[in-house]
Amino acid sequence: MSLETTWFLLIAVLWIGYFILEGFDFGVGMLLPFVSRNEADRRAVLTTLGPVWDGNEVWLLVAGGATFAAFPEWYATLFSGFYLPLFLILVSLIIRGVAFEYRSKYGKAQWRRRWDVAIVISSAIPALLWGVAFANIVRGVPLEKSAEGHIEYVGGFFNLLNPYALLGGVVTLTVFLTHGAIFLSLKTVGGIRDRAHDLALKLGLIAAVAAVAFLLWTNLSLPSFNLKIAALSAGVAVAWVAGIAATLKRREGWAFVFSASAILLFVSDLFYALYPRVMPSSLGAQFDLTIRNASSTAYTLKVMTVVAVIMTPLVLIYQGWTYWVFRKRVSASQIAHPERGILDTATHVLHQ
Amino acid sequence: MNSLDLARWQFAITTVYHFIFVPITIGMGFLVAGLQTAWYRTNKVKYLRATKFFGKLFLINFAIGVVTGIVQEFQFGMNWSSYSRFVGDIFGAPLAMEGLLAFFLESTFLGLWIFGWDRLPKKIHLATIWLASFGTILSAYFILAANAWMQHPVGYTINLEKGRAELTSIVEVLTQKTALATFFHTIPSAAFTAGAFVAGISAWLLIKKMDVEMSRSTLKLGLITMMISFVMVFVSGDITSKIMTEQQPMKMAAAEALYETTESAPFSLLTIGTLDGSRSVFQIDIPSVLSFLATGDFKGTVEGVNDIQAEYEKTYGPGDYSPNIPLAYWSFRLMIGFGGLGFLFALLALFQMRRGRTPHGKWFLPAMIFLPFTPLLANSFGWIFTEAGRQPWAVFGLIRTSDGVSAVVSAGSVLFTMIVFTLLYGVLAFIEVGLTLKVIKNGPQTELDYEDPKLGGSDTKPLVMAY
Ligand code: HDD
Ligand code: HEM
Ligand code: HEM
Repeated sequence: MSLETTWFLLIAVLWIGYFILEGFDFGVGMLLPFVSRNEADRRAVLTTLGPVWDGNEVWLLVAGGATFAAFPEWYATLFSGFYLPLFLILVSLIIRGVAFEYRSKYGKAQWRRRWDVAIVISSAIPALLWGVAFANIVRGVPLEKSAEGHIEYVGGFFNLLNPYALLGGVVTLTVFLTHGAIFLSLKTVGGIRDRAHDLALKLGLIAAVAAVAFLLWTNLSLPSFNLKIAALSAGVAVAWVAGIAATLKRREGWAFVFSASAILLFVSDLFYALYPRVMPSSLGAQFDLTIRNASSTAYTLKVMTVVAVIMTPLVLIYQGWTYWVFRKRVSASQIAHPERGILDTATHVLHQ
Repeated sequence: MNSLDLARWQFAITTVYHFIFVPITIGMGFLVAGLQTAWYRTNKVKYLRATKFFGKLFLINFAIGVVTGIVQEFQFGMNWSSYSRFVGDIFGAPLAMEGLLAFFLESTFLGLWIFGWDRLPKKIHLATIWLASFGTILSAYFILAANAWMQHPVGYTINLEKGRAELTSIVEVLTQKTALATFFHTIPSAAFTAGAFVAGISAWLLIKKMDVEMSRSTLKLGLITMMISFVMVFVSGDITSKIMTEQQPMKMAAAEALYETTESAPFSLLTIGTLDGSRSVFQIDIPSVLSFLATGDFKGTVEGVNDIQAEYEKTYGPGDYSPNIPLAYWSFRLMIGFGGLGFLFALLALFQMRRGRTPHGKWFLPAMIFLPFTPLLANSFGWIFTEAGRQPWAVFGLIRTSDGVSAVVSAGSVLFTMIVFTLLYGVLAFIEVGLTLKVIKNGPQTELDYEDPKLGGSDTKPLVMAY
């Protein structure tokens, strides 16, 4: 396998990791008010994410850094081209991170209510926009060679809001909602667990419709029938159905494994449809960015391969261990004083 | 303003803002780990209280450090895509390594630390804060190596056909002396910053007579950290100056507004008048100090702006190769000045604390409240000097800042995003300061009984930490 292909695969792996992990973060964030009945519920829901959300987000940062290192032309064209959507994602991620950390620090109800709104919106925007962005990449966007000889994006913002891409956004939005609901039913007890379970079923069906439509569209718009892309698409459907079935049977662990597998297969399908291009141009194949014309030198790729081969398993081990340490379900009854902010004074301040 | 100026302003605003929180994170992570170790070793509850109290402050700060870092990661592609194409082969590598080696480590283990009080045995819980702290230092190393490459590119060749710089030796990029010097200047300055934080806050608690037992110890800890780290900052700053003079003589000349090449050059503490070389109305000079800073010899020759300009025109073609001289001149002085001021305050406070006394005097409280701001200002001015002094280059000698900006992004887009980021950052600053003050006003809390938990904890007991 060539170094360029290896790196194409590694970047696909990073995005898969990101969508599986932050996918449920986004889902849980969006569902926060819908699975909770009171303050203790809301804090229990957020506590399922507390120890892991930042580690999950680093998958995105590494995907970005790895793209910069391995395919600088891709990094430059993509992020300068998709400027405003990326900006909206960044603003959302800023607000979301701060909202998680600061929401329960302070006991005022209004303070919390505002952060709750922020969490829902700032989880929904990236969940939607990542789908829009990836669908656009797969579909091809207007790319052209500039006077300096670089392949640059020449469409505007509204070019990115075509029906196919919006459908892609609806797919990621609903898939992440379902994935988050399944995660919550796995990680909580009592009322939250029941409500998450019901929502997972309903949302899972909506997501199934959207995903089937999107995958059909993707397959039909290929120049010719491609067996592997079709097989991967079918795999997504099978995994998703298995996930819904497991949810029905209240096998929450399996449901999570299947919804994660469906995301894995879905992202693999998109990357497979791209390969060996990284950003096809809608203005002609001569303007395609490919793993060859976008890549770094063989030396840089080798250096980075060594680093990735050593570090990726290590990261998986200690992140896996984290999930194991926090394997216990969280119960709303474990939140001692739900109305009291973390920073609010207890009765026992030390005055001397 | 065109899109170049706007992109520069945006970069300056977002990075300087990020770097307000970064040194606090690096330094406080280390000090909190130290406090928890003290508790682990001695079992004294005051250290547990201190760990939790300063831990809270550390986490409030960390949240903003993280979210502003995300912007940094993507900003190169968004606003500086021509730069990214040119340097990606080299510059991307340390950035990706930073993510893979450092960000995963710091974020994962910090999550374990925050929520692990009742989930991890005492010893493992202590290890998690040390690993998180190690992660922050590692991340600083990689990003500083990337920045050092922009100050002094090594280990590369230029590929004319592709119009880009290409990596030939990663080892050289990661171990060149510019990277090491910057690392050993920036890490102690982070410790200095956190020391000032801990000292300033502890002094306030002490004056308010809140947890005197703890705040005496932490005041001392903060002040002593400041003493030790200042010496290291001073020594590495001196080494950095010499390296910089050799590699970027224009920056040193600009730092002193030295237009003509001079032997035994003086260091001016203060200039009133013009910095354009024509005349100064009033100036306080310390003879020969600039020569010493730049060359290590009081009689050494320091090149002036005019000579270097002539030399660069020969090498790089016509153009203006000098940075904004008043900016370089003042930022260099303000870095050293604010750092020195903080050091003097700390020295005085330490003197007042000798033999178990409690510092007093009218100047003491305001000085201690101001103390944490001195290193923050010094840090910002240090970076403004380093980066603005490198102009007009983005990568010294290879690519100009003006050639690095994104071609396809309109000035309107940059202006829009800049306004939103700035407003958002303003609101976040307001909230974070509010929460920080709240923690300080509440003071340290008494700790209920601590029980060494089993791995995984209990699923019925109330959680020690819940969002
Ligand atoms: C000398 C140290 C230093 C410098 C110069 C920078 N950073 Fe930084 N950065 C850190 C030291 C650091 C840190 C100590 O590791 C932070 C600070 C607060 C935090 O949470 O981690 C961090 C956080 C942080 C994060 C979030 C990591 C997470 O989610 O845990 C990102 C993506 C970046 N930074 C990226 C950058 C980039 C691209 C920079 C260059 C322009 C940059 N930082 C300058
Ligand atoms: C976190 C600490 C840093 C601060 C406070 C800082 C500050 C600044 C400032 C003030 C400028 C504007 C200079 C000018 O336009 O006159 C600038 C420019 C720049 N810096 Fe930094 N910087 C930091 C770290 C870095 C790092 C680590 C890198 C790269 C890894 C970097 C890359 C750049 C680039 C590419 C520019 C060009 C844009 C420009 O000139 O405006 N900076 N920085
Ligand atoms: C005490 C005398 C000091 C000297 C001689 C000194 C010297 C220097 C020099 C020459 C640079 C520019 C490096 C370059 O452009 O390559 C620099 C940068 C910097 N300084 Fe200082 N400095 C001193 C004190 C301080 C203090 C007290 C702080 C903060 C607490 C500080 C923080 C910084 C930072 C953050 C940078 C930017 C990072 C870097 O380039 O290393 N410095 N300093």
